[in-house]
Amino acid sequence: MVHSRTTQRRRAVILGLVGVVSLSLSACAQSQRGTDNSGSGAVGGTLTFGAAGAPKLFDPFYATDGETFRISRQIFEGLVGFKPGTAEAEPRLAERWEQSPDGKTWTFSLREGVKFHDGTDFNAEAVCFNFNRWYSQTGAGQSEAVSQYWTDNFGGFSDGAKPSLFKSCTVKDAKTAVVELTDTTSKFPDVLGLPSFSMQSPTALQKYDANNVQAQGDSFAFPEYATKYPTGTGPFKFVKYDTANNTVELERYNDYAGEKAKLDKLIFKIIPDETARKQALQSGDIDGYDFPAPADWAQLEKDGFNVAVRPAFNLFYVGLNQRNNAALRDLRVRQAIMYGIDREKLVKSQLPENAKVADEFLPDTVDGYTPDVQKYTYDPEKAKALLAEAGVSNLQLNCYWPSEVTRPYMPNPKDLYGAIAADLDKIGVKCNAVTKPWNGGYIEDLDQGKTDLFLFGWTGDYNVADNFLGQFFGSPTNRINTGASPWGQQLSDDLHAASIEPDKARRIEMYKDINKRIMSEYLPAVPISHSPPALVFNSKVKGVVPSPLTDEKFAPVSKG
Amino acid sequence: MLRYVVRRLLQLVVVILVLSLLLFAWLRSLPGGPVSALLGERATEESRRALTAQLGLDQPIFVQYFRFLGRALSGDFGNSTGVAPGSTAMEVFSQRFPATIELSVLAIIIAVLLGIPLGYLAARRRGGWFDNLSVIGSLIGVAVPVFFLAFLLKYLFAVQLGWLPSAGRQTSGIDATRVTGFFVLDGIMTQEWDAALDALLHLILPAMALATIPFAVIFRITRAAVLDVLDEDYVRTAESKGLTTPVVRRRHVLRNAMLPVVTTIGLQTGALLAGAVLTERVFGYPGVGEALAIGFERRDYPVLQLLIIIAAMVYVLVNLLVDVSYALIDPRIRTR
Repeated sequence: MVHSRTTQRRRAVILGLVGVVSLSLSACAQSQRGTDNSGSGAVGGTLTFGAAGAPKLFDPFYATDGETFRISRQIFEGLVGFKPGTAEAEPRLAERWEQSPDGKTWTFSLREGVKFHDGTDFNAEAVCFNFNRWYSQTGAGQSEAVSQYWTDNFGGFSDGAKPSLFKSCTVKDAKTAVVELTDTTSKFPDVLGLPSFSMQSPTALQKYDANNVQAQGDSFAFPEYATKYPTGTGPFKFVKYDTANNTVELERYNDYAGEKAKLDKLIFKIIPDETARKQALQSGDIDGYDFPAPADWAQLEKDGFNVAVRPAFNLFYVGLNQRNNAALRDLRVRQAIMYGIDREKLVKSQLPENAKVADEFLPDTVDGYTPDVQKYTYDPEKAKALLAEAGVSNLQLNCYWPSEVTRPYMPNPKDLYGAIAADLDKIGVKCNAVTKPWNGGYIEDLDQGKTDLFLFGWTGDYNVADNFLGQFFGSPTNRINTGASPWGQQLSDDLHAASIEPDKARRIEMYKDINKRIMSEYLPAVPISHSPPALVFNSKVKGVVPSPLTDEKFAPVSKG
Repeated sequence: MLRYVVRRLLQLVVVILVLSLLLFAWLRSLPGGPVSALLGERATEESRRALTAQLGLDQPIFVQYFRFLGRALSGDFGNSTGVAPGSTAMEVFSQRFPATIELSVLAIIIAVLLGIPLGYLAARRRGGWFDNLSVIGSLIGVAVPVFFLAFLLKYLFAVQLGWLPSAGRQTSGIDATRVTGFFVLDGIMTQEWDAALDALLHLILPAMALATIPFAVIFRITRAAVLDVLDEDYVRTAESKGLTTPVVRRRHVLRNAMLPVVTTIGLQTGALLAGAVLTERVFGYPGVGEALAIGFERRDYPVLQLLIIIAAMVYVLVNLLVDVSYALIDPRIRTR
């Protein structure tokens, strides 16, 4: 193995240099602290994971970024969790739950004997404290940039300025909490598995003034709790964020109520450059990293590294904005574009090995998926015929693709765009390429409806159809501008009706019906693919279960 | 001399004020911005408008600028939105600046220690194999992109040979005590020798990559300057007076050739920050350069504003030092 050999050599270099310096400075006193040289054996050791960016903060309620959530998932737990390797919800801090017939009242029975990292008890009071904290945000805490997952999923706050899905939380007894909602929703209780809705220690939250978030200048200032004292019930405890060395350090929580973590320490080393992360893995500086470029998978495996491929739980689509170009309001033109893109070839040539062509806007693991939708097999002649039938010729579109970004569903935007534009050219649709940096105008232009055709996608948060379809078409004023079509409002209403249907079987049928209509009657965008992202580890690392939700837990992971 | 220095420092204040205004306006003319960066891909046009208003980014640019200036004068440069979102811009700077200084100092030491002697030797052996080889080497140093050189260095010394680490400032898990933020210095001060050496080993590859261009430039300027001086009458006169070769070299050749070399070293030191942006990025080295690169990607206005203003100050101050050092090297300038 390259990394083990190189680590030994580096150790030899360091030891040699240390020896030389020690001899020359033998009169000097010794330091009072030591270096952690542990790291072998099935239990114990330190695992260093290469993170692509700095975490925003460590209070998951205020976080919106994947790097924060990756760390939060080790420190915190929610009432609900997800079965390892799946997007299926399962009890976590709640042992079980019951819902009322109307789906608005949820009774959670809690696990006993669970303690937060500060030694305080996890109980129904703590549950309601957390719900009430989320609901009672004021000022900057209500900003979507700060509490985005709450506003996305629960709506408004206790000030009543906007309606909220949350009504109340009541302590029935120490191990029973009752949550009341204002409406029925398909996303409950799965949504409680999101890291943002993890349980945090009420004592620590109060002690370190956790709600004191302020808008200052061009940004937000967060209290000490969010930067230094995150306190959960998870298998790892927060130790420190060494900003000078760009590392976040966690250690095993020895009083963890479940199966304790095998590792002594878990370190996240921030290396933003993807090639630098790869070389850090090859040289043994880190033990693994997320999102290796699909083009590197084969070579990494050949070199003896383990590429852990996640089940695909995302969608890459080509958006067709109906606002600016009248031709795109014609279903036949949109269908022509879908027939005109060779998605099978695109997936084989541009995406990772296990990527699949998407026939609709849901992955096949989500309830509501149906294979019984209109299929659009690549047929350029049919595409041309549909364009002719619609009376459209020489169609020119402003086609947007993002630079300075890779997404799990879109690992190489430039190449994907090139393949799509070339296919469209063959059916007589010309693309005027517009490229902008992801954070440098791309999303902004999409939101302002400046595009005709654009590349975009979505990674699911939990296994509910509303998390995909509701996100895309739930509001008629979306990036595809479905509100410009006579069916836009109807689609939005139908999705809402399905989401609040308390009967699960009926709800699934409603989503299937909507899916059929989307693909045959509406076709607001072209679903392209479901693409599996991956993680990579050196061969000593065992026990990683890749998750479709990027919900990998490091507690069962061992090294050596 | 004192009046000259004071006048230059006053000029610096004007330069910084003008720069801060231009920078402020330029950053805000870029597409995207902190609102997009903060809200991410889940943003809606409505949430974008609300956050723009909440942060006061819908105010006229001059109102925003004077508000920024008012806060900046009291030391508040805002909070990072992308580089290290839990920290203030000043914290980002104070944590990363020592890293870049450590790296830049080592890089300039490498460049000077190699560039001046090799440049001098190449000039003394003009037209010989050593001269030709050194000139080709310096051309490669200027021409090879830093990211490619970094890749090669890491591949050879970190991945294949395993002698040096490939990324970061210090091995994760080393329980080092932080005193000044200069990791090597901290290790020496606290007598944590393994931590100091570990930090030094982390510096070597990025410093080699960063030193390449300054080395090539210093080498070429030294060589050209020495060649010029060697042809001067006073060198011939000194030699004909019977002075020994070492004395002629030290007193007449090197001393006179050093003026353009010192200017170059000053300019190259100032320009190291530009090189550090790419070098730190490809080595995952958490310095100011990497912060600038990430800041641009994520439109982190507060961090960009502070770092660019400080970079300009450093550049102006280094050049002031160069001007002052002229006077020390050349007595004619001192007496003017």
